[in-house]
Amino acid sequence: MNFPTELKYSKEHEWVKVDGNVATIGISDFAQKELGDIVYVDIEAMGKSLSKDAVFGTVEAVKTVSDLFIPISGKVLEKNPMLDAQPELVNTDPYGNGWMVKVEMSNLEDLNSLMDSATYQTHIGV
Amino acid sequence: MKNTALTNTHIALGAKMVPFAGYNMPVTYSGLVAEHNQVRNSVGVFDVSHMGEFSIKGEKALELIQLVTTNDASKLANGKIQYTCITNNEGGIVDDLLVYRFTETEYFLVVNASNIEKDWNWIAQHNSFGAEMENVSEQFSLLAVQGPNGLNTIQKLTEVNLSNIPYYSFANGKVAGIEDVIISNTGYTGAGGFELYIKNADAQKMWDAIFDAGKEFGILPCGLGCRDTLRLEKAFCLYGHELNDTTSPIEAGLGWITKFSKHFVNDTYHKQLKENGVAQKLVGFEVLERGGIPRQNYLLKNSAGETIGKVTSGTQSPSLNKPIGLAYVQTKYADVGTEILLEVRDKLLKTKVVKTPFL
Repeated sequence: MNFPTELKYSKEHEWVKVDGNVATIGISDFAQKELGDIVYVDIEAMGKSLSKDAVFGTVEAVKTVSDLFIPISGKVLEKNPMLDAQPELVNTDPYGNGWMVKVEMSNLEDLNSLMDSATYQTHIGV
Repeated sequence: MKNTALTNTHIALGAKMVPFAGYNMPVTYSGLVAEHNQVRNSVGVFDVSHMGEFSIKGEKALELIQLVTTNDASKLANGKIQYTCITNNEGGIVDDLLVYRFTETEYFLVVNASNIEKDWNWIAQHNSFGAEMENVSEQFSLLAVQGPNGLNTIQKLTEVNLSNIPYYSFANGKVAGIEDVIISNTGYTGAGGFELYIKNADAQKMWDAIFDAGKEFGILPCGLGCRDTLRLEKAFCLYGHELNDTTSPIEAGLGWITKFSKHFVNDTYHKQLKENGVAQKLVGFEVLERGGIPRQNYLLKNSAGETIGKVTSGTQSPSLNKPIGLAYVQTKYADVGTEILLEVRDKLLKTKVVKTPFL
């Protein structure tokens, strides 16, 4: 499994990539592997302002449904349009074409509560 | 939690293990969809040793089986298998199972792992016939070698001509050097193939031999995850989903295994349902628009927004690549082609009742 060092990670297995005040969010390699074959990604929070840890969507694998939790407070600006037709990108390219949403951060301090790659790997026990 | 004789083998193969019916069972190895497709298209192997097996013997064994099960076991010949269910006194089903006939006085019942104790107690309680009952669940391992190349795989390991064993029949023979294997043309995938009943001590040897024989077909170990998607595409009922303690086999579409030409527990009630019609029926459905995958207990609604049914099983079908499911709906919505709505989170998705099996 792969955990890029330029990303931050949440306990709920989302990753965050920061570019100015915009954060790109997806789920980690560990999370996609645990879920198995992903068949639908439902982003329910387009345009909404959410507080940290609120549900921004749902990811469905063949056998399971999981909520997606936003790891930082902010407004959901954009969702990945490719996932509608190719949800399996979350499995095959979780940190690239499998990204889920872009969020305008409202509180940069939220980033301090996230883990770096090494700490996240300890958290999941790999 | 109990292990099967092969639990350590599954762990060594990198399986994701989950607790199921009190057993530590593999849910996937290489990935659910890959395993699913391998079984549909070629051959895969499931360790389903958690299933329960009861031996019923004696002059009156058949009378006991006839009383507790709905199908007519008197129609069985030696070497034949019957799908049937056990009814309770409350209008529901204790379990669904297979009955194997060895001889006129020797039978083998194969029951769901989650119901072993309940079934055993229920059958024992009805055994006023003096039939000899033995719970041999802990002695047997069961390997399901499923898929269109299942026969070709097992045939390499035995001199028994597998083409002479029709669907729902079995033979007793030597496979991979192991004596007394029950070679059963059954399975829960609708993909063809055989199930092999062996003693626990022989499980690893049989597993290894099957994988050697199946190598040319790209054989894969398969978990309970794809076992569920495979059976759902064929609309096979699963206890705890389509079947339970309060649902009649008539509602579940199992009229074909419910025979009123003989007496069984609570038959009067089920006969009335058959004659007077049922309020709800089990149907297959397909979700017509994107928005989510059906799951057990999701609600089905009519265009007025009223609840008209409930999902019992649902998935994204790996073979058809669309969301499918089984549900109980009010009888007037049960006709093939009826348009209904599936509630997923806060959305209502266009859904249609379709013919089953889906594939």
